Amino acid sequence: MSKSPTLRVVVVATLFVALFLAGVALRANVIEYVQRIVLLAGINIILAVGLNLINGTTGQFSLGHAGFMAIGAYAAAYVGVLLGPLVEGWCGPGLLADGLTLNLALVVGAFFSACAGLLIGIPSLRLRGDYLAVVTLGFGEIIRIVFTNAEFLGSATGYFGDEPAGLREYTSFFWVYVWALLVVVGLYNLTFSQMGRSLVAIREDEIAAEAIATPTTRLKVQAFVISAATAGIAGGLFAHMQAGIRPEDFRFEKSIDMLVMVIIGGLGSISGAVLGGIFVAVTLELMRDLAQYRLVIYALLLVVIMIVRPRGLLGTRELFDTWKKKSGPSQGSRA
Amino acid sequence: MSQFLQQLINGLSLGSIYALIALGYTMVYGVLRLINFAHGEVFMVGAYAGYYAAWLLGVERFEAAGQGFPLYLALLVLAVAMGAAALLGVLVEALAYRPVRSAPRLTPLITAIGVSLLLQNVALLVFSPNPRRYPAILTEVRFEFAGVIVTNVKLTIFVLASLLMVGLHLLIQKTSWGRGARATSANLDAAELMGIDTGQVIRWTFATGSALAAAGGILFGLDQITINPQMGVLTGIKAFVAAVLGGIGNIPGAMLGGILIGLAEQFTAGYLSPDYRDAITFLILIAVLLVKPQGLLGVVRTEKV
Repeated sequence: MSKSPTLRVVVVATLFVALFLAGVALRANVIEYVQRIVLLAGINIILAVGLNLINGTTGQFSLGHAGFMAIGAYAAAYVGVLLGPLVEGWCGPGLLADGLTLNLALVVGAFFSACAGLLIGIPSLRLRGDYLAVVTLGFGEIIRIVFTNAEFLGSATGYFGDEPAGLREYTSFFWVYVWALLVVVGLYNLTFSQMGRSLVAIREDEIAAEAIATPTTRLKVQAFVISAATAGIAGGLFAHMQAGIRPEDFRFEKSIDMLVMVIIGGLGSISGAVLGGIFVAVTLELMRDLAQYRLVIYALLLVVIMIVRPRGLLGTRELFDTWKKKSGPSQGSRA
Repeated sequence: MSQFLQQLINGLSLGSIYALIALGYTMVYGVLRLINFAHGEVFMVGAYAGYYAAWLLGVERFEAAGQGFPLYLALLVLAVAMGAAALLGVLVEALAYRPVRSAPRLTPLITAIGVSLLLQNVALLVFSPNPRRYPAILTEVRFEFAGVIVTNVKLTIFVLASLLMVGLHLLIQKTSWGRGARATSANLDAAELMGIDTGQVIRWTFATGSALAAAGGILFGLDQITINPQMGVLTGIKAFVAAVLGGIGNIPGAMLGGILIGLAEQFTAGYLSPDYRDAITFLILIAVLLVKPQGLLGVVRTEKV
């Protein structure tokens, strides 16, 4: 999109209007069950693209993104309940107030997740990738234990906000996909920026990257914080989607779901992560009756993909690479 | 004081179970530089193998008759479970890890996570998610000294775990296989050039580690009374933390780390709150990685380019 600035504004404005209209049409024409899948798909896209930055592009390994999602969800829920009446008193009830509250809540949620990412990233990212897997796994569990014991957040029964308004369902198609778009475009630009190329260098050979004066630890921590923040945004959207969150929503399985999204799409491919996110949202619903087989299938999928196609289905390629022969930093990487 | 001693005894017996499992993590990491996530599940399968073996050998009959389970049968149960787990460990290595051995580091790691999930969820289907009461292959006898309760189960756990660890130590230090394993651990490629059958070493490493985990599984079942298909997840992670605390790849370190984690957990549960007994392990892990990432007994490995 390196055209004139006016064209850019027009394109972005058209996109927003289209998203808004699509949201209205969806609400009017599609049953609630399908609406929910569509919203979940959008949230999954944010999660997958965010996790891909750390697990795919940087070649590190987080197994605790459910924890960051939980922090974002609880923070956004708490702020939403707190701010909702205030904002409504300020500019009257309606779409504007809802949108404002939701976005303020999301930003706060993302901020808290980012802080947690910084806290966990600094010690563990000095080490090799596989330690990070265990540290983040442990961290995700600690977060869940803390929320299960936090009484002002409803302990194990979950957080539903205080009476009378409670935790409201601010999340709509429009906002989910605006955020998904922001995250996808933002991380796409980041991946193809100088920082992105350094991250790929870290993935391919950390020692060599360091030898050419790449500040590896700093970059890894930065990428990790950004990734955590996106998980926080997804968590906030998730919290305001169903008027209640429980610590159980953020179990280890949630991190596995995210991992499956990224691996199916291809480690290091943004368009792959988008596809993976949609795939998991749809299969999760289709396999509702086969719930006990779901993880067996996911687990088999992980093992088989690793043996047959270790970089995931798309590898580090992007979908558009096929018709646009653009040389990205992903080119020439080892399979 | 008596509470302190009680926690100390409980912590030591729990810690020796962690140590047994941690050995498997550390041995596999030593030769393959792989965190074998599926090890916790091997531990779980070992416990179930012991459960079924005891059941087949008629433990119910002895219980109904009010007799103790004979010692030779209890040892047979242990042997069957260790054998079954060893077989599973070797199978996992051959089917899942060998094809990705030369791949970049993350590939085997993701494979290991996949295998772990697979075993755990197949176990949920096969064994059902309900917890099961572990058969009393050892009839509990309680001793009481000055308000401190010691059971023969806790003593057996400690003694058996110590014996197995001594056995492992001899195996590693005194046999020709052990020398091969140490050489492979130091440098796999160089060991291969020296004519060591590294494939064989890796297979036996998995078999030994898995057998020790199965012994841990049976002791865990005796100690905790119930088992369930998800028992390997948290216990496995704790044992892994124990291996990291002691210095991953280092066998005495895994034993030391296991005991320390067991003690830390018991004292947290006893003096702070049982809610945080799981969290303390992870805090220890983060602290170790911050302060001394090579672990208590580990040595710093410099990576050569």
